[in-house]
Amino acid sequence: MATAVAPAVTKRTTHVRARQQSSGKLFNRLAGTCVVLFALIWLVPFAWTVITSLRTNDEIAAQPTKFWGSDWNLDAYASAWQSSPLGWWYVNSFIISTLSVIFAVVVCSMAAFALVHLDYRLRYVVLSLILAGLMIPTEALVLPQFMEFRALRLLGTYWAIILPGVALPVAVFVFHSFIKAIPMALVEAARVDGAGWWRIYRQIIMPLCRPAISAVAILTFITSWNAFLWPLLVLTQTKSQTIPVGLASLVGGAAIQYAQTMASAVLGILPLLAVFLLLQRQIAQGVANTGIK
Amino acid sequence: MSVSTVSTGVGTEAVTRSASTSPPTARGQNRAGWLLTAPFLVLYVLFLIGPVLIGVVISLFNTTTVQSGLGGWVGLSNYADVLSNPEFWSSMWHSVLFTLLTTPLLVLLPLLFAILASRMVRHQWFFRLAFFAPYVVPSSAVCLIFAFMYTPQTGLVSNAFGWVGLTAPDFFGTTSGAWLAVTLLTVWWTFGFNFILYTAAIQELSEEVYEAADIDGAGPWQQIRLITVPLLRPTMGLVLILQVLSSLKVFDQIYILLAGGPNYSTRPVIQYIFDTGFTAYRGGYAAAATMVYFVVLVLVSVGFVLVRRRTSGPTTA
Repeated sequence: MATAVAPAVTKRTTHVRARQQSSGKLFNRLAGTCVVLFALIWLVPFAWTVITSLRTNDEIAAQPTKFWGSDWNLDAYASAWQSSPLGWWYVNSFIISTLSVIFAVVVCSMAAFALVHLDYRLRYVVLSLILAGLMIPTEALVLPQFMEFRALRLLGTYWAIILPGVALPVAVFVFHSFIKAIPMALVEAARVDGAGWWRIYRQIIMPLCRPAISAVAILTFITSWNAFLWPLLVLTQTKSQTIPVGLASLVGGAAIQYAQTMASAVLGILPLLAVFLLLQRQIAQGVANTGIK
Repeated sequence: MSVSTVSTGVGTEAVTRSASTSPPTARGQNRAGWLLTAPFLVLYVLFLIGPVLIGVVISLFNTTTVQSGLGGWVGLSNYADVLSNPEFWSSMWHSVLFTLLTTPLLVLLPLLFAILASRMVRHQWFFRLAFFAPYVVPSSAVCLIFAFMYTPQTGLVSNAFGWVGLTAPDFFGTTSGAWLAVTLLTVWWTFGFNFILYTAAIQELSEEVYEAADIDGAGPWQQIRLITVPLLRPTMGLVLILQVLSSLKVFDQIYILLAGGPNYSTRPVIQYIFDTGFTAYRGGYAAAATMVYFVVLVLVSVGFVLVRRRTSGPTTA
């Protein structure tokens, strides 16, 4: 479920509110301390995971909450990498997420462009159909979806994961509101110069849509990378699984192989965390503007 | 490829206007429009509408999940079975209980901290990093980390209870412990999403209101209580809707961390459908459960939309 919200995806709000009025200073300092403490607590699980992954199992068992280990090493990572097909999981996740992003961006932006600029028959029916799609809880429909993909003989393939995630109503609305804000005159001028609709879409609209593209691309990538239930049902071979599905099979081992399990967790987190660190601002902006969940 | 034949390069307004009303252009637009929308529509109908219809059909047959084919027609008896099955209702209740446990925390805590964080001039990136980074972590990695933190004796959370003089509950063996475990994990994991929504809304608020309040001598606490919170009400409504709908669809954490246990006492509806459909292979029955659950979710979102339209008018947050 998601809601398309602000029309201008690019809008930059640069001002940060901080009223340093004399009476408010003390309050602001208190508030600041509060949030910083809270934020530090939020980082503890990450720190704990990384530290555990660097220690030895014996030492963890002997002194579980001692943060400073005497001999940190990367052995756990080596054994985590060897004991499960993490490499394959990376490859699968990467292929599935990348293809999902490409298809979703192209397919949804084309539909949005047509809805904004082309006066075709039944356009409003299509628009309200897509609007209604915002309310369809797809996660609840895995069982009939499974039956459908079995009938199509696509179970166990990448396509089974990619195809249901391409036609995203939210993405259409993000593109729709963005394309609507592009001056009509640009499109009209191109029409006058004899450009076809495909060319207008490719060479005028898409280049101007970059912020919307990045918002949709990033959020689709995250959602598709982290998808769990559907890939769990569809990809049953260990080597064909994605990172989240593969990692879930390691949860039972957390009770003994502490370091190795935490190393696997770190390896599972790394790719998206890297993306996040690079694109922090865009991701936050994308969430704020689309409310995809 | 869709090309519509239009005016051949003559750049005057009059020509364009007459061209765009002429029949061939209208037909060209129609064709181009459909061609550009077709890929979306095909995938949308096949994979979004399709499962809904297939679910309805299968729920009327005694389909099994092991073999293909519909099986025999059973009419509405699957629905009768689902609605009279206490296991279905208890799983329904677990999803609702999860929503009741997490929603207040995830609507109010991020609001509080977004307001407090907005009073800091610098370090906004730090809050974004700390609060939002968990959101990009896959559910199973979150569960790996928390399963370890909840481990008796060795786990950090278990030990933290000891530091403040409490005994840690049995996170995996008791129902209340299990709910506490899942709630804590969920708050940590998804807090950032709502935090970002609130932060963005706060940045949109007009500076002038606060300047006026400053001149009138309103203290920071008064400003928050009398200006910020009331102005953020539409955003709170949005966050509430998104939160309730996503909480009702809970599956990952409970399944991975607890497998719905102990003894099915936390099993949510999606896992119930999963178990009956893919472990017991009762496809028709599970499809009926799916449709009941589906209708509940749609009713909740339609209800929210109606309430919102009535209270806030046509403008959305």
